[in-house]
Amino acid sequence: MALRRIILGQVGRVGERSVSSWWRNVQPAAKDPILGVTEAFLADPSPDKVNVGVGAYRDDNGKPVVLECVREAERRIAGNLNMEYLPMGGSAKMVEETLRLAYGENSDLIKDKRIAAIQSLSGTGACRIFAEFQRRFCPDSQIYIPVPTWANHHNVWRDAHVPQRTFHYYHPESRGLDFASMMDDIKSAPNGSFFLLHACAHNPTGVDPSEEQWREISYQFKVKGHFPFFDMAYQGFASGDPERDAKSIRIFLEDGHLIGCAQSFAKNMGLYGQRVGCLSVVCGDEKEAVAVKSQLQQLARPMYSNPPTHGALIVSTVLGDPNLKKLWLKEVKGMADRIIGARIALRQNLEKLGSSLSWKHITNQIGMFCYSGLTPEQVDRLTNEFHIYMTRNGRISMAGVTTGNVGYLANAIHEVSKSA
Amino acid sequence: MASGHGDSVFANVVRAPEDPILGVTVAYNKDPSPKKLNLGVGAYRTEEGKPLVLNVVRRAEQMLVNDTSRVKEYLPIVGLAEFNKLSAKLIFGVDSPAIQENRVTTVQCLSGTGSLRVGAEFLARHYHEHTIYIPQPTWGNHPKVFTIAGLSVKTYRYYSPETRGLDFQGLLDDLNAAPSGAIVLLHACAHNPTGVDPTPEQWEQIRQLMRSKGLLPFFDSAYQGFASGSLDEDAQSVRMFVSDGGECLVAQSYAKNMGMYGERVGALSIVCKSADVAVRVESQLKLVIRPMYSNPPIHGASIVATILKDSHMYDEWTVELKAMADRIISMRQKLFDALQARGTPGDWSHIIKQIGMFTFTGLNAQQVAFMTKEYHIYMTSDGRISMAGLSSQTVPLLADAIHAAVSTVV
Repeated sequence: MALRRIILGQVGRVGERSVSSWWRNVQPAAKDPILGVTEAFLADPSPDKVNVGVGAYRDDNGKPVVLECVREAERRIAGNLNMEYLPMGGSAKMVEETLRLAYGENSDLIKDKRIAAIQSLSGTGACRIFAEFQRRFCPDSQIYIPVPTWANHHNVWRDAHVPQRTFHYYHPESRGLDFASMMDDIKSAPNGSFFLLHACAHNPTGVDPSEEQWREISYQFKVKGHFPFFDMAYQGFASGDPERDAKSIRIFLEDGHLIGCAQSFAKNMGLYGQRVGCLSVVCGDEKEAVAVKSQLQQLARPMYSNPPTHGALIVSTVLGDPNLKKLWLKEVKGMADRIIGARIALRQNLEKLGSSLSWKHITNQIGMFCYSGLTPEQVDRLTNEFHIYMTRNGRISMAGVTTGNVGYLANAIHEVSKSA
Repeated sequence: MASGHGDSVFANVVRAPEDPILGVTVAYNKDPSPKKLNLGVGAYRTEEGKPLVLNVVRRAEQMLVNDTSRVKEYLPIVGLAEFNKLSAKLIFGVDSPAIQENRVTTVQCLSGTGSLRVGAEFLARHYHEHTIYIPQPTWGNHPKVFTIAGLSVKTYRYYSPETRGLDFQGLLDDLNAAPSGAIVLLHACAHNPTGVDPTPEQWEQIRQLMRSKGLLPFFDSAYQGFASGSLDEDAQSVRMFVSDGGECLVAQSYAKNMGMYGERVGALSIVCKSADVAVRVESQLKLVIRPMYSNPPIHGASIVATILKDSHMYDEWTVELKAMADRIISMRQKLFDALQARGTPGDWSHIIKQIGMFTFTGLNAQQVAFMTKEYHIYMTSDGRISMAGLSSQTVPLLADAIHAAVSTVV
């Protein structure tokens, strides 16, 4: 009787018996390589420390920025609207405005209702829902991912159980595009393969195909019947002009490709933590778009039911008001221009220090990141000796470079690379 | 290859059926009738039939907007730290030994759905048993969440149509027959869709049985404070399990009790045997979250944290929360009285015995369809009505409809 009571836990706490945790065999997970950098930076007490790790914009004082157009949108939203559930597909208004950005103000595809689109949890969420959709409806497909790419891309397709392959992209020797090898890979991939393409401002390299090269890529995709999935996280942020930054997508659309696209407002509207984005899939006709959208929603439902409303309200308020939209375009250009200026300054500083290496790539590359060409060991020295934080692949977030720290940064880079 | 509009690789995708719950609101919105009633989705409505944003939520939101020092940077993968700590205290109790001993890991997720999904993915990767037992019936999205995460879903008896109450013996028998270590989904309070909860004594028996068989509890807490009007009372089932020193998972949602539906605010807590295990578990939760959406949305969690950490705002919240719960309880009474007054055939006492936002009326699909067609009343076909959608004005319409349905449709 007493034994039975003990077994049934009627005496004493379960924890006091010898039953151990269900999770005792859980291994500590490796730190995320990108987000781990900022954690380390925050923990560093040095007054000289520089964070050129995570890709979040900073102003010339190294401070995060909330755009004026966003502040105004929030003032209008707060206190005025309810917090009801959005539909599973998110805010229709926000999605409509967002599609116009990617596909063009006068896009026939939008007019003909041929785009299946849902609001997503920023770019990550858009990629994940697409990857799950791909798995469910093209179960024999795999995804071709460029080398290198944003590290989380691999995680996204892996967790969606889509097999991965890679294609050549970055050319280390020239710190530019390995166009020939990329085209070889596109040609030798089985017909109808799925490819992940960065629409502009490739992350982490900053190396984009030229317009001519994009046309060739698009042509080859047509020959092979490949599926192009664009991750567009930096529209407007790369050149300062959203229309120009969408050129790759427009080329593919002109050529009749039925693309998929992930859009993010994290960087170009500074809405990082709000998690606002859009996933779109171009379909053969309206009926198909309705079907595809319904299936995308079926994937959102067991993940988060419906997406968060606040960020979507900000986006639709800004894009839906001509004055606010104009202000936004001005502010995006301001951010892009500052980064372009930082690139010029960093390159000039390194050249003035008499570095024998070529730093042309700093200004050839575009967008938030510069693939410096520094080795992991050199990066470690930058961190340990100079308190400069970046990811070990040598990726520098140009947004973290200011007139105040560019000299210090150039000096440190010169120090660790001059013996190379 | 084809030129122009090539064949889409997704040309054979069929249109998915409407979500049964969210589809109700879609149908309601399409209905042109001036006298219609939406008793579908569980979102609170005022006496005037309007959505409600709590005053304290408005104030918190305004404070945040006015604070120009605030930025919109990415949250950490696990979300807002302050929010996580406060959420754990809310569900486990401010003096919870599990929290004091650092045995709890709490991560911000996208409301209840997101918390369930992240927890399920973690279990599918790191737990030795991949079967989860869910009550019959349960929220329609539960099986979808667990299945897509890679768990195999089985059911345990829960609702008794004959009594419109708990099939307690059936529940015990089914859990007793479950393999050791299986995961069991428990609704912390205000069971959705039935509104039928175990009594404290029954919870204790459930706890003993589950611990003796090593069954792993996964609580879905979507209505804390909303069921009885008391946050502590509605957390009793969870706290009972935690105080025996054992492990469990808890998914929390602030959709209903803070009225923050669309902001998607929630938290997943995993109570572990030791602090060391909790740290390792948290690191693995990050690996689930990062490839899903990288990090959670900041707005809603900031509002909740602002309220929970300020004792005045917290008190204000409990008052507004109790008012919502009380209004629902009074709607139950009014509906019951209205049916009694009409002499509607059948025993309708379950309306006042059940708790929380929903009543499982016992109406069948044909009766529900009749009520929609003839009276423009929208509810899910399982006969579940959201009491939150009722008001003193609309109770008579509903009572008339139920009366007509049970009198004319079998």
